[in-house]
Amino acid sequence: MGTRSCKHMSGMASPSMGEAGLTGQWRTERPVMDHSKCVAVKSGKMACMQCWVYCPEAVISKTVPIAIDLDYCKGCGICAEVCPSGAITMVPEAADMEGETDDSRARE
Amino acid sequence: MTVAQENRETLIITGNQAMALAAKLCRVQVVAAYPITPQSQVTETLSSYVESGELDAQYVNVESEHSAMSVCIGASTVGARAFTATSANGLAYMCEPLHWAAGARLPIVMGCVNRAMAAPWNVLNDQQDSMSQRDAGWIQIFARNNQEIFDTAVQAFKIAETVSVPVMVCYDGYILSHTVMPVEPLTQEEVDAFLPPYKPHTILDPSDPKNLNQVTLANPRLNEKGELCHGYMELRYLLEEALEASPKTIVAVDEEFGAAFGRRCGGLLWSYRAEDADILMMAAGSLTCEASVAVDELRKQGHKVGVVGVRSYRPFPKAALIDATKNARLVTVFDKSLSYGNEGPICADLKAALYRSASNPVVHGYIAGLGGRDVKSRELADAARSSIAALDTPTPERPTQWVNCLI
Repeated sequence: MGTRSCKHMSGMASPSMGEAGLTGQWRTERPVMDHSKCVAVKSGKMACMQCWVYCPEAVISKTVPIAIDLDYCKGCGICAEVCPSGAITMVPEAADMEGETDDSRARE
Repeated sequence: MTVAQENRETLIITGNQAMALAAKLCRVQVVAAYPITPQSQVTETLSSYVESGELDAQYVNVESEHSAMSVCIGASTVGARAFTATSANGLAYMCEPLHWAAGARLPIVMGCVNRAMAAPWNVLNDQQDSMSQRDAGWIQIFARNNQEIFDTAVQAFKIAETVSVPVMVCYDGYILSHTVMPVEPLTQEEVDAFLPPYKPHTILDPSDPKNLNQVTLANPRLNEKGELCHGYMELRYLLEEALEASPKTIVAVDEEFGAAFGRRCGGLLWSYRAEDADILMMAAGSLTCEASVAVDELRKQGHKVGVVGVRSYRPFPKAALIDATKNARLVTVFDKSLSYGNEGPICADLKAALYRSASNPVVHGYIAGLGGRDVKSRELADAARSSIAALDTPTPERPTQWVNCLI
């Protein structure tokens, strides 16, 4: 069945997670976490959390250890910039995509 | 439906006053417009209606045409009947929200008082302004005289609200906008009976929040309920589908108007003495009236000539034009605008419409009346005669000719 069944005449969506699609696909660099350097992990409590505070996309979890939702992380690198212990490194997507195809990554 | 009244009141008014009066009788709820020559009298008249209390509407003073159209978009989205009018550079300044209004499927009605585009500065009439916006997704309907401006404006709201596509009512600056003519208006009761209140296609409701015209990327995607929703391309297909289907609405609304009020505007095309004609003169707007005078002269000289005028330019009435030209040996098209580097837009569109159809006349394109250059009926007759003469040569095709251009 095609898209006609949604019965929309113009662009519309209900406010919801990912209503603009998988914006993580816009990313050219991804954040890679070294948990052994993370203050929260080392202290075993919700300490530091600067990455969670500063992430403009709210894709970093308020947990120990933190998790990054790569479906929606646009790869801006602010988390890596603000991390006081250098636990987050931005890695070019191409270097990390060995063996992956567009199809396997795209839900859209 | 209202029965045609006997002894209608006749007003002697300008085209701009006819447009403003029609908008008032259509009970527009939001007017946002920025004055520009030769449209200014439309905004002035509407603002006086609002100020005097004759029209219960919000008149939004805006600082530009871009804002005027943007206010209309907001108003129409939340269910207000919205109207604006502009000309030339003002229309160009609206270019971005014009596309938005169409893509959002908002039935805004706008008067476009046709004027030449700068540079050089020129406030006089041609049709370059609206022609340059022909691909914005709006319906564009031309009027030939002040009565048709009034009638087309009333019809335009009904067409727009039926097909959810905005409508531009185009009429020639000065030639119509500033010329007084007899106009028989409708009464408020007649317009109310013809035009029901506007209902938006999407109701905004706090209990069912929506993002409208949000970022819509290339591919269809599932929404939060798991329903497959349109991508950009599907939504644009729907807009084109609406435009392609709109001729039958334009004709039906004109027929309904005719049945109710005893006069029609011609539907998609006008014609004059075209029934038995094998040579046709074609134009849009007031130029068709000059062409009709030329036809009378040419008929006296034995040429079987008629006029086919384009009332609906978008949608372009391809099927109606194939039918209207099927017995023609020659069509001379007089464009008051130019698709630079190609030819007159009506001429080019006509040729495309006739491609491999049952109708295969020689088509000669003429550019006339740019920047207010007067177009006399005898000049149109001269042009038609030169085209007729070319028919008897081995190669009747000719490049675009410019009428009364003294270069």
